[in-house]
This record gives sequence, structure tokens and C-alpha cells, in this order.
Amino acid sequence: MEISPIFFYLFSGLAIAFALMTVLKKNPVTSAFSLVMVFFCFAGIYAMLGAHLVAALQILVYAGAIMVLFIFVIMLVNADIPSLDLARSSLFLKFVAGALSLVLLASLVWVFHGFKQVIPAGPFTVAAIEKAGGNTQVVSEMLFSSYLLPFELTSILLLAAIIGAVALAKRQAPKSKLAIDRGVKR
Amino acid sequence: MDSFDFIVMIIKVLFVGMLMVSMAPVMAWVERRGSALIQNRLGPNRMGPLGLFQSVCDGIKFAFKEDMISSHVNKFYYVLAPLVSLVPAFMTFAVVPFASNLVYEGHEIRFQVANLNVGLLYVISIASLGVYGIIIAGWASNNKYALLGSLRSSSQMISYELSMGLALVGAILCYSSLDLNTVALYQGQTLIELGGFAIPKWGILLQPLGFLIFCTAAFAETNRLPFDLPEGESEIVAGYHLEYGSLKFSMFMMAEYANMFTASAMMVTLYFGGYQLFPGMHWLLEMMNLSGLSADIARVAFEMVSFFVKCAFFMWFYVWVRWTLPRFRYDQLMDLGWRVMLPLSLINILLTGVLVYYGVI
Repeated sequence: MEISPIFFYLFSGLAIAFALMTVLKKNPVTSAFSLVMVFFCFAGIYAMLGAHLVAALQILVYAGAIMVLFIFVIMLVNADIPSLDLARSSLFLKFVAGALSLVLLASLVWVFHGFKQVIPAGPFTVAAIEKAGGNTQVVSEMLFSSYLLPFELTSILLLAAIIGAVALAKRQAPKSKLAIDRGVKR
Repeated sequence: MDSFDFIVMIIKVLFVGMLMVSMAPVMAWVERRGSALIQNRLGPNRMGPLGLFQSVCDGIKFAFKEDMISSHVNKFYYVLAPLVSLVPAFMTFAVVPFASNLVYEGHEIRFQVANLNVGLLYVISIASLGVYGIIIAGWASNNKYALLGSLRSSSQMISYELSMGLALVGAILCYSSLDLNTVALYQGQTLIELGGFAIPKWGILLQPLGFLIFCTAAFAETNRLPFDLPEGESEIVAGYHLEYGSLKFSMFMMAEYANMFTASAMMVTLYFGGYQLFPGMHWLLEMMNLSGLSADIARVAFEMVSFFVKCAFFMWFYVWVRWTLPRFRYDQLMDLGWRVMLPLSLINILLTGVLVYYGVI
């Protein structure tokens, strides 16, 4: 599906603006909420491209679950950590950070400059996906046939992370349920 | 999209929007009269017949009360919070179908604001955003009780969202679709024929355990009793909306009732046949002996009536439970969520998987 340029520039512009706010704002809560807005803008772009499944999952997983826990923790500790304060860092550090980000920007420009070749259309055109029964159907069929092994390995990785989180939480405070919640949801 | 489709779209959006807005005053009245009925009292009966205008008075009071903002709050987030909880609450109903399609002069009219093929996921993902409003409210109020309320609410909603999602997996396995219109159509089939009386294939008969889990989790997600610990007035005064008054408070209330209505609509659509007619209404429709467009319109009207009657039952069910059960203790709530509901929902998925594999469902 073609995305109309107005919406693309609207969503990507907003995404960049909120991403900058995430990095530059001193208040950690504002940063976290800006990050949520960045996810929303991404979801908007995905939905405009016809990838409703990806858009819904983007909001469900990132905005609805992971960021809630981030904000939860930030508010719980009411973070006013000096290292987050931009104004207090030394001039030298600011200079290094600025130079490094300029290098990153330059390399990105260098890579994407003159990137004009037409990307070949894969087997998953909009028409083909519609014919196979929609986004969700195609993704799930691929996931449980061709990519079954990576899928199962990922779930084992997540299980390991959950067990790790529970083990760590149990060792520090035997009755803390909060840490268990956090581990499972991720 | 031509002008006809556009006008139909606007009418649908207005209808659903008004439905959501009117939910708070109507339910406030139902809640008061219902509590009075259950506690053997009279309830509000001074304003209008049966006290029906009590909610209007409330609305006027909310609108004209001084909009006070305490000096110790974080102003930006304090004002933002009611909006953040209201907007997702109004958005979720968009994908719920409330009647089957109608063909009028070559135009197919869908009785659903947006037809997404991931409708179910859309509802869960937008509903999961409702927690932000509560977190922001509690934090921005800069008040210990409010913060406690919002912390309780977020941990509760996250815990129960998990069982809710897993209960839905069972339903999705049965219907093999995320599109709510397909789900409603699927439930129009006949499960078994008993002496000329067809028992429809409603989700409650396929997923009884799933419904129980979903229903319980929906109570927790909408912060209703017996899970209204975020408010818990006997312990933390009023929880997350302690510092709010006038219209800002009423926005939280509107969000709560809109969420309740969406949860009822989801229970109806997933487990009680959605807009499928009640048994016996088919017969009534045939008795009317209509044909052509008028038959279709009568069918749609019947379907809307059955959908909204079913939803109204669940709205009443919310009130009924609220005035019947006492509030849980916080550790009981967490135990129920993690030690009972989560294993049960996993068992439900396993059972459903086995049944679907052997072609029983």
C-alpha cells in the first residue's frame, strides 16, 4: 500500500521531534513519554503502509507493556539522578558526545547518499497478502513453518530471561513480587 | 469513497461517540438506583421521574464547579492525565460490530466504525494504554495517596492483562480470526439441534473457562469492584484521582464507564454471539413476513436490539457485582492474578488446542 507523503512527513517529523525530546529533556518522565509518542508515530506509519498487525503489536508490546514498566520504575524511584542532568556534565564530555554523534550522522549520510536503486518487490506484495488471507495469517504461517526453529529458540531465550529475573529477585528480597511481574511481562 | 459512504461514516462515528459520552450519566443513575435496590433503599428519587435527572444535575455541578489546580502538582501532566485516560477509552469501541452488513442501493453499509483485520489486537493494544492516564494522574498529583493508587493500578492492570490476553488466545484458536466481524458471523452457526430448537455456536459454549477468566480480568482492567484497589477509599482516600475535581474528575468517570461498555461489548462479541439474534427472534422475524430492503432493515434493527440488550446485561452485571462483593486485599488480588488466573488460562489454551487439533470445536 502506498503511503501518502503528507502522512509520512507528518509522522516521521513528529517521530524525530519526539526522539530529540527523549534525548534532550532533563526530566526522565518526559523522556519516557516522548519515547511512547515515538512508538505511536512508528505505529502510524506502519498502519498507513497497510501493516496493521505490526502497528497493533508495536503499540501493544512497546507502548502498552514495556514503556509502562519503564515509567513505573522511573516514578517509583522518582529519579532525579545527577548523571541524567545535561547541564552538570563537563564541557569535555559534551564535546566528545557531540563529535561522536556528528561522526554517526556523517556515516549515515555517506551510506544513504545516492541510494537511488529501486528495491525489488518481494513475494509479499499487498495483493498477494490479501489473497493469502491478510497480514496476520501470512505472518503466522511463516512463523510456524519456515521460521519455527528461530521462533522456538527466541521463546527459550525469553524463558531464560524470566528465570534469571526471578532468581535475581528472589536472592535479594524473598517476598518481592514486583520483580517477578517485571520479568514475566518482558 | 463517495459522498454517501462519507455521510454514513460520519453518522456511525457520531452514533458511537454519543453512545460513549452518554454512558457515564446513564450508568451513574443505574449505579445509584441499582445499589439502592440491592441494599433495600430508595436511592435518588427527587429529580424527575425515578430520579432520572439526578445525572443532569451532576453534570451541571461538574461543569460549574471551580476548576481548581493545587499548587503542588505538575501542571502539564496534571491536565494531560484525564485526556490520556479518556481518549483510549473512546477509541476502543471503533472495531466492535453491532449489526451485520446491509446493502443499500449498491452500497455496503457496515455497522462498525472501522473494519480492521486485527480488530481484537487493536482493542487489547488501545485498552492497554488506559493505564497511562492513571499513572500520570497519580504521579503528577504529587500526593502520596494518589501515587499509591496509581502504582496499585498499574501493577494490577499489567498482571491481569496477561491472563486476559491468554484467555483471548483460546477464543482466537476457536474462531481462527482476529476480525471481530468474522468472530460474530462464526457464532451464527448451529452447535447442535435439539428437537427443532437450534442451539447457536456461541463462544460461551466453546470457551466457558476462557469466558470466566476474561470476565474476571475485565473487572480488574476497568478498576471496578471487587478490584477497585486503585481507588480504595477506606485506605488511600480516593487513589489516583484524589487531587481532581470538577470536569477533570468527570473525565475519569466517563473513561471508566466507556471502558466498562467496551469490555461488555467485547464479552458479548467474543462469547455471547455478538449481534447474533437471541433464540426465538429468528422466528419473530419470519413471522413479520417482510421482503427486500425492509426485511434487511428489520434484521439489522433486531440485531442492534440483541447486541445492546446483551451489552446492557453486562453493564448491569458490573453494577450487580459491585454492590455484592467486598473489595479484595492487595495480596489476594496478586495471588488470584498470578497463581490462579494465569495457570488456568494456560490450561484453557492447552485444552482448546487439543480440542481444535482433534476437530471437536
